[in-house]
Amino acid sequence: MTSIQEAAQTLLKTAIGMVPARWLPGGTPDPLMHKHGLIGAPVSRLDGPLKVQGRARFAAEVPMEGLTYAALLHSSIARGRIAAIDTSAAEAAPGVVFVMTHRNAPRLSPPVLMNSKPKAAGTSNLPVMQDAEIHWNGQPIAVLLADTQEQADHAVSLIRVRYESATAITDFEASKGTTRVPRDILGEPPSVEKGDAEGALKQAAFQVDATYRTPFQNHNAIELHAATLAWDGDNLTIHDATQMVTHVGWTMAQIFGIREDQVRIMSPYVGGGFGGKSLWDHQIVAAAASRVSGRPVRMVLSREGVFRSVGGRTTTEQRVALGARSDGKLTALIHTGTAAMTTHNDCPEQFTFPARHLYSADDIRIAQRIADMNIVANTFMRAPGESIGTFALECAMDELAEAMNIDPIELRRRNEPAKDPTSGNEFSSRNLMEAYTRGAERFGWDKRSATPGARQEGEWHIGMGVATATYPYYRMPGGSVRIRLTADGRAIVSTAVHEMGMGTATVQAQHAAERLGLPMDQVLFEYGDTALPDGSMAGGSSQTVSVAAGIIAAHDALKTALLKLAGNDSPLAGLKADAVEARDGGLACRKDPSKQESYVSILRRAGREEISAEASAAPPLEAQKFSMHSYGAQFCEVRVSAITGEVRVSRFLGSFDCGRILNAKTAASQFRGGIIMGLGLALMEETQRDPRSGRIMNPSLAEYHVPVHMDVPEIDVIWTDIPDPHSPLGARGIGEIGITGVGAAVANAVYNATGKRVRSLPITLDKLL
Amino acid sequence: MHYLINDKPVDVLADPRTSLLDMLRDHLGLMGAKKGCNQGACGACTVLVDGERINACLALAVQYEGRAITTVEGLSGGGDALHPLQEGFIEHDGFQCGYCTPGQLCSAVAMLDEVARGVPSAVTADLDASSIDLGSDELRERMSGNLCRCGAYNGIAAAITELHTKVPA
Repeated sequence: MTSIQEAAQTLLKTAIGMVPARWLPGGTPDPLMHKHGLIGAPVSRLDGPLKVQGRARFAAEVPMEGLTYAALLHSSIARGRIAAIDTSAAEAAPGVVFVMTHRNAPRLSPPVLMNSKPKAAGTSNLPVMQDAEIHWNGQPIAVLLADTQEQADHAVSLIRVRYESATAITDFEASKGTTRVPRDILGEPPSVEKGDAEGALKQAAFQVDATYRTPFQNHNAIELHAATLAWDGDNLTIHDATQMVTHVGWTMAQIFGIREDQVRIMSPYVGGGFGGKSLWDHQIVAAAASRVSGRPVRMVLSREGVFRSVGGRTTTEQRVALGARSDGKLTALIHTGTAAMTTHNDCPEQFTFPARHLYSADDIRIAQRIADMNIVANTFMRAPGESIGTFALECAMDELAEAMNIDPIELRRRNEPAKDPTSGNEFSSRNLMEAYTRGAERFGWDKRSATPGARQEGEWHIGMGVATATYPYYRMPGGSVRIRLTADGRAIVSTAVHEMGMGTATVQAQHAAERLGLPMDQVLFEYGDTALPDGSMAGGSSQTVSVAAGIIAAHDALKTALLKLAGNDSPLAGLKADAVEARDGGLACRKDPSKQESYVSILRRAGREEISAEASAAPPLEAQKFSMHSYGAQFCEVRVSAITGEVRVSRFLGSFDCGRILNAKTAASQFRGGIIMGLGLALMEETQRDPRSGRIMNPSLAEYHVPVHMDVPEIDVIWTDIPDPHSPLGARGIGEIGITGVGAAVANAVYNATGKRVRSLPITLDKLL
Repeated sequence: MHYLINDKPVDVLADPRTSLLDMLRDHLGLMGAKKGCNQGACGACTVLVDGERINACLALAVQYEGRAITTVEGLSGGGDALHPLQEGFIEHDGFQCGYCTPGQLCSAVAMLDEVARGVPSAVTADLDASSIDLGSDELRERMSGNLCRCGAYNGIAAAITELHTKVPA
């Protein structure tokens, strides 16, 4: 062991010592983890009345005095430079206030790439509108401001551009010729070698070795990306549609060379994000144009503009090879492949993550590569990597089960690991097989015929498929929570996090009320504003536990402050913070509940209007010590027309193991939402790029199909509700796991129905004819 | 131009290129109807014109001069009161982010009226039937012009079905 490795290990051990005891073995568990009160209750969304009345104000809806409307011009070549750009006709058009190109834009620093710094939000580190260089077809090259949207949209069409084109890589097939190994994949090594997996594969009694392909896809939140913004001197205010207000604020400050506290980002309502609502060129050029023109700006991307300037899930080609003994035990597991990316972003699409911890194969080989292309920077899209990685891995498991004549669930049971197969860490909580057992019973899995094409009703072949869902547990470092108690007995809990429909505001109000011993209507949860304490981003299904840990930390600090304020005249006199708990709107001694005083009484006696405490959560080291993941079993029944090849999903069940469920109503919607996006991934979603020009050919919701009402049957969701002893509230994230495994469950059902194995997504009818 | 919007008479001066949606949002500050695609593909902008649903983004404001227009803001008749369907959406979690919700609500209200009038859909077996049974396929077919990317379709369908079975056609 080198001295550097030794030092690192010592540091890690010291750091694990800092994990709060309540989340480590032998520590006092958080009593709320098992308490049934508000936690877990199916409370309706607190923002429901505003949203159903159309009164929730989204980013493009905030009024401002003297507003101008923006329109973008996008590059029509994929690589090269702008030789000439003539804006004179546009500038002369009625209502035009300002036209900005690289020639007159203010000097800006390039965005700092997300994950490279704690509060970085950049999705690309290219300079924005600073030079004549073109890097992708769709790159914004001019922004125009006018008094109305109609004037702006017309005038931007009058700009004339002459390009000098250079050779561009816009075809994934061609780009695969020159691939590279990424430095890391979200901090994990790009490759893992355990034993000699290729050798073991050759020796295996049963083998599957197949290539799977997945296309580029777009998030397509129904709310268009939008920002309404204004400058006041050097202070910038943005009403943004984003899932990372703190990060956008910090990054914009770096770009414009101002202090972080000079930027305010507000985003209380976000009309869907799914990973796509971060920091893209449109916010930056809108703020720059506003600064030069001195006018407030409303920037709303067109749907085509979203496709062309906001990236999505990237294209991959994956190889999964499995070798097994005759008893079904895996001897070799190989998952390798290539994802398309650019040289100016860092989203390698972690499709090999599931294979690192799902199965106890003797020998394992994992390797990911990158193919650089001249395309819009790809980004995180709901379960990046895991969604399409489980497609390949879980189809291959089905192929192996078929080859061995073993039930697919039984094959998984025989390869269930006792410890994480690549890290060797203990699992914090893993009940995948229980999820399978309960799901199989409820779905009627025993009625499935193992013989493909065995069941037919009229023109319809009917089949069933199953696949494992999995998504890692993440808790983001940083982020603070403030709790204020007022003399009228109310609590205001504040942190700059996000509500995009996940149920954040409702769930955290439930949590805070339970922890403070207050009724829910006495608790206000404030979020979505950088004027509040720094929040973590809504990403990696991490926000719920990140905020929960922050509330726990702030509550600990608040108890200490309350006891100090209560002083010697209180029934609580002499008690330490860990000896008291919240009860009935106040604090009470854990051991002697007769010693109790209400918050109102403590504050009034001290003559105080309010008391406040702010704290940051402990670092997320539990995920270093344990292998922490959520799991699920996805069951699908499809009907495939023998005449047209059309696939209809007739039944779907997701059975999940995601720790404690905090709100049964909003959680069910998160699971269903993920599954439905998975049905899109399986059957219809593909962003088509002209391989010659790099231009996106279907940049609209008419030609990029997402699931509609008619595509979605009633979706059954159940969960184990087994608390994870090592996470805040016993919960793990649930926003992304729903989409994982769905592609494979559908593909496996299609195979069971028809005997046709489709290994490239989406499974459109032409592939079944 | 003169309109009756949510039962109130309104006069507006707008560029003839202005869509009905932009007129509602930019000129009248009625932000309930949403812009999701601006080309009639997503349904987020659905409003009622004389009780019938249309995509406001595909309509020029001038085309609808003199007509009665209802947006989500006018569904409940004002104040904090909610339309029964709005209550159903909350109860059945028929939305997550809430962006497509106004369009889903307006669309559903008009759709139920179409069913009551016996207007057939693409999946109606008997085009001459005097009454239509709003089963799952009929409901989903008739609501398929309103996209929900969060995937709240089950809750939306449950809320509409509940209202339909409560209120005799």
